[in-house]
Amino acid sequence: MAAHAVVVVGAGQAGFETACALRSRGFRGRITLIGDEPPGPSYRPPLSKGYLAGTVAAEEIALRPPSFYTEQDIELLPGDRVASLDRERRTVLLESGLRLPYDNLVLATGSRPRSLPVPGASLTGVLSLRGLADAEDLRLRLSGPPRRLVVVGAGFIGLEVAATARGLGHDVTVVEAQPRALARALTPTTSDRIVAEHRERGVRVLLGREVTALFGDAEGRVQVMELDGGERIAADLVVVGVGVLPNIELALAADLLVGDGVVVDAQLRTSDPDIFALGDCARFPSPRAGRHVRVESVQNASDQAKCVAAAVCGEPYAYTAVPWFWSEQYALRLQIAGLTAPHDETVTVGDLADGKFSVFCFRGGRLTGVESVNRPADHGIARRLLTAGTDLSPGTVREPGFDLKRLPRTPTTPTTPTASPSRTTIQERLSVHA
Amino acid sequence: MAKITYKHPNGTVTIVDVQAPNTVMRGAKLNNVDGIEAQCGGSAQCGTCHVYVDEANTLPLPEMDSVEDDVLYGTACERTEFSRLSCQLPVGDEIDGLLVHLPEAQS
Ligand SMILES: Cc1cc2nc3c(=O)[nH]c(=O)nc-3n(C[C@H](O)[C@H](O)[C@H](O)COP(=O)(O)OP(=O)(O)OC[C@H]3O[C@@H](n4cnc5c(N)ncnc54)[C@H](O)[C@@H]3O)c2cc1C
Ligand code: FES
Repeated sequence: MAAHAVVVVGAGQAGFETACALRSRGFRGRITLIGDEPPGPSYRPPLSKGYLAGTVAAEEIALRPPSFYTEQDIELLPGDRVASLDRERRTVLLESGLRLPYDNLVLATGSRPRSLPVPGASLTGVLSLRGLADAEDLRLRLSGPPRRLVVVGAGFIGLEVAATARGLGHDVTVVEAQPRALARALTPTTSDRIVAEHRERGVRVLLGREVTALFGDAEGRVQVMELDGGERIAADLVVVGVGVLPNIELALAADLLVGDGVVVDAQLRTSDPDIFALGDCARFPSPRAGRHVRVESVQNASDQAKCVAAAVCGEPYAYTAVPWFWSEQYALRLQIAGLTAPHDETVTVGDLADGKFSVFCFRGGRLTGVESVNRPADHGIARRLLTAGTDLSPGTVREPGFDLKRLPRTPTTPTTPTASPSRTTIQERLSVHA
Repeated sequence: MAKITYKHPNGTVTIVDVQAPNTVMRGAKLNNVDGIEAQCGGSAQCGTCHVYVDEANTLPLPEMDSVEDDVLYGTACERTEFSRLSCQLPVGDEIDGLLVHLPEAQS
């Protein structure tokens, strides 16, 4: 396998983790990681939370220090873009003109924010949030005196931005077209509780309302938002968080099978067996959902990377990890284990008013997932139960005094075979990081 | 600054110097020590930065708060009385020489 070359397109969470997972498995071939977002692989979750609030510094966003890439012999090409793939000749062409051969190609191109399809959407002050540059821009605009911020879309990113901005003292309105927040991701119990929290904190949340147009001042800066029915609201700043689109253009141009995402099999191979896709851009068969899904989360990117690395190293397995996700808004720590939808029965445990509860979701009497707000033990134990396939009936959860912490611990086998680190010597290094 | 030793399940050890205000988790990340996933980036959500503090440890570690205690119910490897979340262990002079054992798996 010495001459084996792996080219990874996209140096985000998924691409970065693939490179790491290959090396931890002992892969000795060439690894090239190409990313168009300088300075290099960085961690997105704080961009709508601590980084935006000013409590997390820019240095903490980098996934690893620069020394990592030299030390692990990972060729990082930041600030370059893959322009096209040549599957016949097994090469990629970069925008810089460089042409790289590959034995295995990994598409980790992620996704990009959808734009608002209304007049005025390109006015100054209408922003979306994906990368560090977007977050820096938004952070700067939120660091001054109070402004009137309107967030379009009550999804995770929109609501996190709303919570952070409100915490900084801004006047915040959220406009959501669906009749409830986070409608695709959460049960009404949890999404209603989250909206109630926003309202208590002074955020105006408008549900079931559509933005029809944005109007600017003479300099082209956004000033007014118009909603269906003609209502107008003043806005100095608009953040659009209406979902993302997977970056499938390269795959499409190379005639790979694409749908809403690059379509892959259980081992995350695309319709070309030498090419893998993972993370936000990949649509994979989920045994838990019983269909193909695309998942946007750190867990998904990170666990799929181990699966791709295993396949490249000739030890493929099917991707079956339990999905999980978290969000932080004010003092609410929201965690989701498993795929809660579709479900036909829910049982809520804990205290809604207090903001400490879990919603257990069942389909046909079997646990599909658990949403927890400020109940981290429920979340962690639920993840273990779902991984082990342990049964938990709605009746059990309904019993008075039910407490997951009192269940005997089920032995879990890790979902993914982990390779033990290949170090054989004692290593001593001096860290220069403050 | 503190010297922190990470012992891998296969017996190899990595010793690094970490400066305040980092955590034992970030000390591992900054120095490219394998075996700590830290999917949530240190916000005490994921339990994938689980470590076992060495049994013989006498260094003054901060008390575990209820969130850390709760998150430790979800670790992939068995929780013991020596289990901690490495993202909740701040690094300072007083923990110079800390030895932590890494679990077989984090997720
Ligand atoms: C603000 C924000 C907050 C979030 N919070 C959470 C959270 O709390 N919890 C959670 O689990 N998840 C969260 N997520 C989601 C999580 O960050 C993503 O699911 C994860 O980053 C996906 O990783 P990825 O590698 O697939 O995509 P990305 O991280 O987007 O990486 C893809 C990279 O590929 C690059 N690229 C695309 N095409 C090319 C090309 N042709 N050539 C070169 N490079 C290319 C892109 O520019 C990008 O840098 C958040 C996301 C955002 C934006
Ligand atoms: S990094 Fe997630 S709990 Fe420590």
